[in-house]
Amino acid sequence: MPEIFQFDFMTRALIGGSMVAILAPAFGLFIVLRRLSLIADTLSHVALMGVAIGFVTSIYPTFIALIATTSSAAGIEQLRSRGRLPGDAALAIFLYSSLAIAVIVISKSSGFNADLFGYLFGTVLSINDRDLWLIGILLLVVIVFVASFYAELTQSAFDQDLAHVSGVRVTATNLALAILTGATVTASMRVVGVLMVGALIVIPVLAALRLARGFRTALLLAIGFGLLSVWVGLAVAFYADLAAGGSIVLTTVAMFALAEVVGKAKDYFSARHGASDTGWSASTSSAEPEIDADQR
Amino acid sequence: MDATDSVESQVALWPEESDGPELPTDRPVVCEFTNTWYSYGGGEPAVEDVSFQVRKGDFAAILGPNGSGKTTLLRLALGLLKPTRGSVELFGESSARFRDWSRVGYVPQRVEGMGTRFPATVEEIVEQGLYRGFDPLSIFRRHGRKEVLEALDVAGISHLRRRPIESLSVGQRQRALIARAIVGQPDLLFLDEPVSGVDAVGRDRFHELISSLNREHGMTVFLISHDIGAVMQGATVCACINRTVVFHGPPHHITGEHLSELYGFPVDVLLHDALHEHR
Repeated sequence: MPEIFQFDFMTRALIGGSMVAILAPAFGLFIVLRRLSLIADTLSHVALMGVAIGFVTSIYPTFIALIATTSSAAGIEQLRSRGRLPGDAALAIFLYSSLAIAVIVISKSSGFNADLFGYLFGTVLSINDRDLWLIGILLLVVIVFVASFYAELTQSAFDQDLAHVSGVRVTATNLALAILTGATVTASMRVVGVLMVGALIVIPVLAALRLARGFRTALLLAIGFGLLSVWVGLAVAFYADLAAGGSIVLTTVAMFALAEVVGKAKDYFSARHGASDTGWSASTSSAEPEIDADQR
Repeated sequence: MDATDSVESQVALWPEESDGPELPTDRPVVCEFTNTWYSYGGGEPAVEDVSFQVRKGDFAAILGPNGSGKTTLLRLALGLLKPTRGSVELFGESSARFRDWSRVGYVPQRVEGMGTRFPATVEEIVEQGLYRGFDPLSIFRRHGRKEVLEALDVAGISHLRRRPIESLSVGQRQRALIARAIVGQPDLLFLDEPVSGVDAVGRDRFHELISSLNREHGMTVFLISHDIGAVMQGATVCACINRTVVFHGPPHHITGEHLSELYGFPVDVLLHDALHEHR
């Protein structure tokens, strides 16, 4: 058995990390396509407030964070959908008010700085069984949700008005998406920390979008990139003695760069070989006047 | 002729027989605006006291300059906006409460998801038009369904079936969206014609396709357009909008006066010449 699996904490980190690596990009795909990446950042600061309150009240901090993120997500979505505030204004208000509350709560009770550091930068190596159970349940909920509401989610990601006219209940879909984003952020926070949550939700998705042609491929690729990032990141962290959260996030960035290179290579070869597999030749031979791809 | 030509002389110039058989006037109403008003955020009304009907089998063209409230009318009809005053009905039901969306197809001018490397093939986008409510197994559905292939064929883009939607030209995307809108065989088709990005040939083919959907597939069409000349050939009824209804009736009843009122300058002479050529 390789050295890395001889430690109990490492096994737990791998299990927890892998679950989050599936959860975050699977959901992140819809967040990125709806251009809601900033919502993940906002909710991670809300999660920090939840963690701070959890420490002070000595209630399970991750659980308080979960309550805080899901309810704030619902609140943000309500403000946004009713047109009371532009989307980014609602986000700013939630981000800074929760950060301010977190700062006040933390400053009032200076006793958990070390723990707080862990929540900011990720504590995957000290993840406990309770965390694993919570993440496991969230993972199950998100998988069931994404699989069963796949049609609704893809439709409203493509265009909200079109989805409405197709008969999708867009408001309800958006609300569910927001609430589960809160849950995803809370789960991811344990692995990469509050400050880098957005990375695990967004970057594997960007890598997948560079290569995928269809929606299901994009979903699977995003999860694949997420898993690879967590595994490679954890291994590097273990053997080189680096911070796990940081090395996982840097690995996602490396995956993104790799996807760009592979994508460029694919573009280059399909341009050279008449692109019969991508259908370019078929379209140029059609009678319809083609607007150059560069103009799209 | 000049801008003061009467309605009668227009009719005389283009007798109704030349339009083929007139549709009977007692067909059921599928979309109806009744004294509809709308203003954004309580400001100046964008739509002012609009009343008109679209009947089954119509090819209704909604014409008007930029900012005339055409797109607002479309959004009201689709229940995406609620009228400030008056009512908008789809198949006899308030459009805000309407739920039977399988009867309606919609082709927007542009789509939010485009430009984000949206990961979908043309086929996947067209399949969206077959949505019929919650289906927990939708993620496992196989591609290549018969309805989808037929819709792609009607829209003339069968060869683009497996292409990523993002790689298409504006005109091709328009066809993909039309295929998406017609795949469920709706009774009523709403279209918002793109202002730019499609050249003259592409625009003619677009109008031919819409006409054939109306005539051969029996779909009622509600088209927002800027292209009077092209619309005149296919449309059975025309509404000229400049916040309020300037003209409503068969397209060959439009006079220079209506158009001057619509666009604020006399455009009749040139337009009529162009029409003669088309005929």
